[in-house]
Amino acid sequence: MRIGIDVGGTNTDAALMDGLLVKSACKTPTTPDVSSGITAVLRQVLEGTGVGPADIEAVMIGTTHFTNAVVERRRLLEVAAIRLGLPATKALPPLTDWPADLADTLGRHVFMVRGGNEFDGREIAPLDEAEIRRIAGEIRARGLKAAAVTSVFSPVTSVMEKRAAEILLAEVPGLRISLSHEVGRVGFLERENATIMNACLADLAAKVVSSFRIALKEMRIAAPFFISQNDGTLMTPDFVERYPVLTFASGPTNSMRGAAMLAARKEAMVVDIGGTTSDVGMLMHGFPRESAVSVDIGGVRTNFRMPDVVALGLGGGSIVRDDGRRIGPDSVGYEITSRALVFGGDTLTTTDIVVAAGLEQIGDPELVRHVPRSTIDNALDTIHRMVDEVVDRMKTSAEPLPVILVGGGAILVSRDLPSASEVIRPENAAVANAIGAAIAQVGGEVDRIYSLEGTSRDAVLGAAKQEASDRAAEAGAAAGSIKIVDIEEVPLAYLPGSATRIRIKAVGDLVIA
Amino acid sequence: MKLDGADLLDLARGAAFLGTGGGGDPYVGRLMVQQCLDDGLTVEVIDPLDVPDDALVIPTAMMGAPTVLVEKIPSGEEAIASLRALEAHFGRRAFATMPIEIGGINSTIPLVVGARLGLPIVDADGMGRAFPELQMETFGVYGISGSPLCVTNEYGDSALIHGRDNKMMEWLARGAAIRMGGCAYIAEYGMSGADMKRTSIRNTLTLAMRIGRCLREAKDRHENPFDALLRLLPDTPYSYGRIIFKGKIVDMRRETRAGFSVGRARIEGLEGWDGLMEIEIQNENLIARLDGQVRAIVPDLICIMDSETAEPITTEQLRFGQRVTVLSVAVPAIMRSPEALDVFGPKGFGLTEPFTPIESIV
Repeated sequence: MRIGIDVGGTNTDAALMDGLLVKSACKTPTTPDVSSGITAVLRQVLEGTGVGPADIEAVMIGTTHFTNAVVERRRLLEVAAIRLGLPATKALPPLTDWPADLADTLGRHVFMVRGGNEFDGREIAPLDEAEIRRIAGEIRARGLKAAAVTSVFSPVTSVMEKRAAEILLAEVPGLRISLSHEVGRVGFLERENATIMNACLADLAAKVVSSFRIALKEMRIAAPFFISQNDGTLMTPDFVERYPVLTFASGPTNSMRGAAMLAARKEAMVVDIGGTTSDVGMLMHGFPRESAVSVDIGGVRTNFRMPDVVALGLGGGSIVRDDGRRIGPDSVGYEITSRALVFGGDTLTTTDIVVAAGLEQIGDPELVRHVPRSTIDNALDTIHRMVDEVVDRMKTSAEPLPVILVGGGAILVSRDLPSASEVIRPENAAVANAIGAAIAQVGGEVDRIYSLEGTSRDAVLGAAKQEASDRAAEAGAAAGSIKIVDIEEVPLAYLPGSATRIRIKAVGDLVIA
Repeated sequence: MKLDGADLLDLARGAAFLGTGGGGDPYVGRLMVQQCLDDGLTVEVIDPLDVPDDALVIPTAMMGAPTVLVEKIPSGEEAIASLRALEAHFGRRAFATMPIEIGGINSTIPLVVGARLGLPIVDADGMGRAFPELQMETFGVYGISGSPLCVTNEYGDSALIHGRDNKMMEWLARGAAIRMGGCAYIAEYGMSGADMKRTSIRNTLTLAMRIGRCLREAKDRHENPFDALLRLLPDTPYSYGRIIFKGKIVDMRRETRAGFSVGRARIEGLEGWDGLMEIEIQNENLIARLDGQVRAIVPDLICIMDSETAEPITTEQLRFGQRVTVLSVAVPAIMRSPEALDVFGPKGFGLTEPFTPIESIV
C-alpha cells in the first residue's frame, strides 16, 4: 500500500492507496513546521482502515515549499554563480534580467571562467582549473555555502561541470554544488537561472526533506519516501536535497495525474477548480502536456519542464456581479467562511449561487433565498461558458474530449459542456493532488544535439530512446514498464551534418523493494 | 532618437513579427542592448536621410543558428571587431552601423555595436524581414558588393572574405561561421550614405518598434490586437495586411535539408475559417496554401501568431495543438522589383508558383 501526500500552502492532503484503489483520504491544515501537519494527516488517513505503518510500502510527497520560497524570497542562501564559457558569453553575466531584490538576496556573487563547449562537443576553451581554485578561495573567504556551475553546451557534454565541481569540493568541503546539466536543457540563460535558483534552495531543501523524514519516523513508517517533480515523476529524497528546483509546478501535474487515475482516462481535459482560480490542462497519454514557452518563476526566466496549464479566474469564492453576468476574477479566497452569503457574510459568491440553485447544501440555504432567479440563471450560464471556453481553447483537436472535474470547487460545474464528450466528476476529486503524488512514476530524459551525418535518423532516435529508458531504469523504473512518452526534434538551421536537437522522455512504474 | 528599455521590448516583439517565423528569438539581443543602457551608453537611431551621401555605413549582424546563440551567448566584442576590420580595409572610420535584417535577433546586434562604439544606428535594413542567406539583401540586389565581409568569433579570430559575387561570399562566410561554433558575427556591405539610401528598406527599426508598441497597447486597452495591427499597417511602407486564416496546428514536420530547417505546418480552420492551410517553411514561412490554393508567397510576410495572446511564433516554436492566426503583409515595392524577386522571390527558394502580391490574392 502507498500513501500520497500533498503539502500545499493552506492544506495538507493525504490518500491511502491499495494499488489504484483509494482506501481512504483526508485534508488537514498545513502547519508551519511541516512535520507535525504530515504526522497529523498520516494518523488521520490510517485511522479506522486497519492498515498499520508496517503495511505501507512507499510514501510519495508533493510540495510547493520551494516555489513559494523563491516567490516570497524567504530562506534562500547566497550563491556563488560560476559560469564556464569565456571568452564567449561575456556579454551577459549571470543574474542578468533577474529582479533586483532577488539578485540582492542571493548576494550577486558572480564568477566567469574560461571553458565551455561548442554544439558539436569541441572545447571553446579548456577549463581554467587555476581560476576555479581561486574562486574556491573566494567562496571560503565570503563564507558561501552554495554554488551553481553552468557550462556552455553542458547538455551535450557535462565533463567540465563535473570537473569544476570536483575541484570546488576538494577546496571547500561541504559546499553544496548545483550542476546545470542536471537541472535544465539547452538554452543557456534559462538553464543557468534554474541552476542558481536550485543552489539558493539547498539549505531549505535539507530542512524540508529532514522534516519529512522526522514525520515518517514518528509514525514508525520505515518505507521509502519520494518527492514528485514538475513532470509528474518521482525523485528520491537525496535527489531532492540536491535538486529542489525540480519540484517547481509539481502541484498542477499531480492534480492532473490524479484526475487521470480517478477517472481512468489518459486523454482528457482536467479542470481543477480551487477557491480563487481554476487550472485547466490537457492530459496526453496520462501525462500533462508540457508548456512550449519559457516560464517565469518569481520573476526569473527558466526553461523547466512545466505542464501547459491555463489559470482561469474562477473558483468557489469568486465574486458574482452584474446580475450574474460577470464572475471574478477577484475572490473572497480563504475568507469564504465569513464573507459568502451562505456563511452569513455580505458578498455574493459562486458558492452562494450553487446553493441558491438547490444544487448543493453548504452553509445556511435560507441566507440565499432572496437571490433573484435571473441572477442564479445568469451566473450558472456564465460559469459554464467560462469553463467551456477555456477547455475548448486548450484542446488539440476539434473532437470533443472528456472533461474531468477535480478540486474543492468542482461543484460549480453541474451541466454538460458543449466542448466535452462527457463531464466526469470522480469520487475523491478533492484530494486529486495527493492521489497524483501517490501514483507518480519515475522518468529519464535526454536533451541533446545529435549529428545525423553518417548514420540514420532511426538509429539516432533509437539510441536516444535507449538512453532515456536507461536513465528511467537508473532512477528506479521497473524494466518492463518503461515507455517513451515524448519526442521532440528541432533541426538546427545552417549547421552541417544535419545537426538536430532531440529531446526524449521515458517513464516507468517505480519498483518498490 | 534615443532608445529606452520600453522601446527595446517593443522592438523585440515587432522584430519577431517581421521575422515571419525566422530570425530567432531576439531575447538575448534585447538583453545585450539593455546592458548597454544600464551601463549608461546611448542607443541613437537616425533617419537614413540624415546620413551624408559620402559617409561610410557598415552594417553588422549575427550569422548562424539561432539555437546555438541561445546557448553560446556572445562576448559582445565579435561584431565590433568585424566592423573595425572593415574600417581598416576601407582606411576610414564608419559614420554609422545598421541592421542587415530587421526580423528577429539581427534587429538588435547593430544596436549593441552602435552603443558600444558611440555610433548612430541607421533606421533601415537590407531584408525588410528575415531571410536565410546573406545575398538575399536589397543592398546586393541593387548592386552593392557584400565583400569584403568580416566574420569574427568570441576569440577575435576573424576571416576577411572577398567573394567573386555575393552568393560566393555567403558560402564562404557560412563555412567560417560553422568552424566558429555554428554562430558568428559579421560586418558586410560597407557602403556610402548615398548607396545606403538608394538600396535599403527605410525606417524598419522604428517600424518594428511601432508594431511592438501597437500590439502591447492594444492588449493593455483590452482591444483586439490583430485589428489594431491591421489598422496600423496602411500607415507604413508595409501598406497592406490581412488575416488569411485562423485555426489550430494539427501537424508539424521538420527536417534538415542542405543545412536549413525545412518543414511544413498544417493548420485546420477554426472560428468560422474552413479548410486546411499548409505553410511551407525554410527557416522562415515561405508560402501559405489553403486547400491547395496560394494565399501568400515569399517575399510577402506570412506571420503566424498566437490567436489568444497575438504573440508572433517563430518556426522553431511551432507546435502541434497551438491555436494560431495567420497574417499576410505586403512588403515594400523595393523588395518586389524583378531584380529583387530574382534573388529572394519564390524561385530563390525552389518554389514553382510565381510571385503574386497578396493584395491581388482573393
